[in-house]
Amino acid sequence: MLNSGLEVKQLYTDRDDRVLFSDLSFQLNAGQLLQIAGPNGSGKTSLLRILAGLSSRYSGEVLWQGKSLQKNRHDYLQQLLYIGHGAGIKAVLSPLENLRWSCALRGAENSDVVLLDALNKVGLRGFEEQPCFSLSAGQQRRVNLARLFCIPAQLWILDEPFTAIDQGGVCEIEQWLSEFVSGGGSVLLTTHHKLSVSQDFSVIALGASNV
Amino acid sequence: MSISSTFHKWGSPRWFYQFSGRLLPWLAILSLLLLVGGAVWGLAFVPADYKQGNSFRIMYIHVPAAAVAMGAYMTMATAGAIHLIWRMKLAAMVMKAIAPIGASLTFLSLLTGAVWGKPTWGTWWVWDARITSVLILFFLYLGVIALHQAFENRDAAAKACAVLAIVGAVNIPIIYWSVEWWYSLHQPASISFTGESTIHPSMLRPLMATLCGMYLFFGWLLLLYTRIEILEREKNTRWVQDLICGESR
Amino acid sequence: MSEPKLLKLVIAVLHRDIVASLRRGSEWSNPLVFFVMVCALFPLGIGPQPDRLADLAPGILWVVALLASLLATDSLFRGDFDDATLEQMLLTHQSLYPQVLAKTLAHWLVTGLPLSLLSPMLGLLLHLPGEGTVPLMLSLVLGTSVLSFIGAIGAALTVGLRKGGLLLSLIVLPLYIPVLIFGSSAVKAAIEGAAYLPQLAMLGVFFLGALAFAPLAICGALRISVDQ
Repeated sequence: MLNSGLEVKQLYTDRDDRVLFSDLSFQLNAGQLLQIAGPNGSGKTSLLRILAGLSSRYSGEVLWQGKSLQKNRHDYLQQLLYIGHGAGIKAVLSPLENLRWSCALRGAENSDVVLLDALNKVGLRGFEEQPCFSLSAGQQRRVNLARLFCIPAQLWILDEPFTAIDQGGVCEIEQWLSEFVSGGGSVLLTTHHKLSVSQDFSVIALGASNV
Repeated sequence: MSISSTFHKWGSPRWFYQFSGRLLPWLAILSLLLLVGGAVWGLAFVPADYKQGNSFRIMYIHVPAAAVAMGAYMTMATAGAIHLIWRMKLAAMVMKAIAPIGASLTFLSLLTGAVWGKPTWGTWWVWDARITSVLILFFLYLGVIALHQAFENRDAAAKACAVLAIVGAVNIPIIYWSVEWWYSLHQPASISFTGESTIHPSMLRPLMATLCGMYLFFGWLLLLYTRIEILEREKNTRWVQDLICGESR
Repeated sequence: MSEPKLLKLVIAVLHRDIVASLRRGSEWSNPLVFFVMVCALFPLGIGPQPDRLADLAPGILWVVALLASLLATDSLFRGDFDDATLEQMLLTHQSLYPQVLAKTLAHWLVTGLPLSLLSPMLGLLLHLPGEGTVPLMLSLVLGTSVLSFIGAIGAALTVGLRKGGLLLSLIVLPLYIPVLIFGSSAVKAAIEGAAYLPQLAMLGVFFLGALAFAPLAICGALRISVDQ
């Protein structure tokens, strides 16, 4: 399908008069995976926040299905699942309670069975009812990632999804990404890890030109 | 010229800088003329009040300062709304420029009010409705200034202050009305343009002069502060660099 | 179709916020402890004479309850900002308005409401005449809800700043003044045997105004605070 994905045209942003990136253009269609690489401070998180619609400090164009993000915001947010580098969960609540809230925000009417299934998938069986502060950093990250399995979306924007995840977990996540992409989804992620997924994917390196 | 292109032109900092440069000397001369003239007129040529003697003469500064401070807050909120709705950068600069001027005018009004109060009521401070309202206006200005300083990011600071200024502007009528209600033992409003004036016309005319003078003075300061802000923000643009280099050459 | 969805959203946010603050405990208990402690300072500061305290009690109780509510307000969005769940609230196609409304309401239920319910006891400590007790509670119930909405605007504006606490007081306190005026005046009027319903009605008007318009400002402020 034409114009089905995310399109970025001549994006420019700076922080305190330091140019992070300029004239950045790319396209991400259904069934594609795109990795944003680059050293610390090269603007990866800033780029993802712009694309998620959290930051307006840019010039250039971001289009979703051929329409600009501002005009298409409602549709875009319905299709987007953004997982930032923050915790994304309330520490005093249990994984299950956190997921219930996240789903309610998205209007996703999931029964607890679906949520328990998602938690099971991210390896948190038996931890569903424990408060999140008693979980390890990796487990907390997994609670946040469990949203991938209970919130329907077409585009995943993931900021360092492998942080604090063990080696086995990284492979699992890579497999989820593969499955999602083969099912017609699009993924945009940042990571310092060398990605191994079954599909071809492109890499955009930030910070190469202006360090 | 269409409305939108006029709007666009007004929003251009460069155009504003050049336009305001031509306006500045006129504003300066007119405002000083009116302020000084009105003050001399009020101080030397108006007969003394039969009740308050000569002490009422401070109103030639006090009343204009309070009136303009109030108007300035509303201007600031309007500029904030323009900035939020149409994303006009110039409006953000105007908003930032108004806050310190408005706070100073409010402070001047409080200070002259205290000096007036001493001979009139025998005390420096009275919790009269008007004075209390001006004090709250002063607090509102301080809040906007403090919020602006707390942000590191200029754009976020401008937007946050715009929201606060608008919230403040919506609340000001409620606050004023509440304070009036709280304390109704103040002097009745003595200048009104519709009803009959309770002060003698000979006292009123110099007041009108200083009031107009104070508005122009505010306009003058506003342009000056906005121009400084424009230079600061646009320092990396070609035209500002040309301007600076051209002057130093 | 869309109404039950909105209602579900509101209930989910209410439920989550109330459960989270009840589990943390300090969120609802600290303002109460503050309320009690500061009220206890007044007799120590101005002397124990019952009639003098009785005279000042409406004002003291209202000012201290207002400060307690203000202190509690700082945490309204801070937790969500720090753990990035605020981003999730912004990144949904569902409107932010009902979410903000529910959050503020939840915050009032765990701070303002307990303060109001505790106030009669502190009225006893400060020798508040008996006729003032019910108006005190009623005015606080209405008044603290308005304070929560106004405070939420300030909290949303300062949530992205590292030291928000004192700044929040500076920007919010002037806006609290009308509520303080009518709240304490209701109590005083009741003690003097005058009608206090007009003041309560005024607080009700403030509440409706805040309910309708404050969430707009809060939503805008939250977007600005996240976008830095």
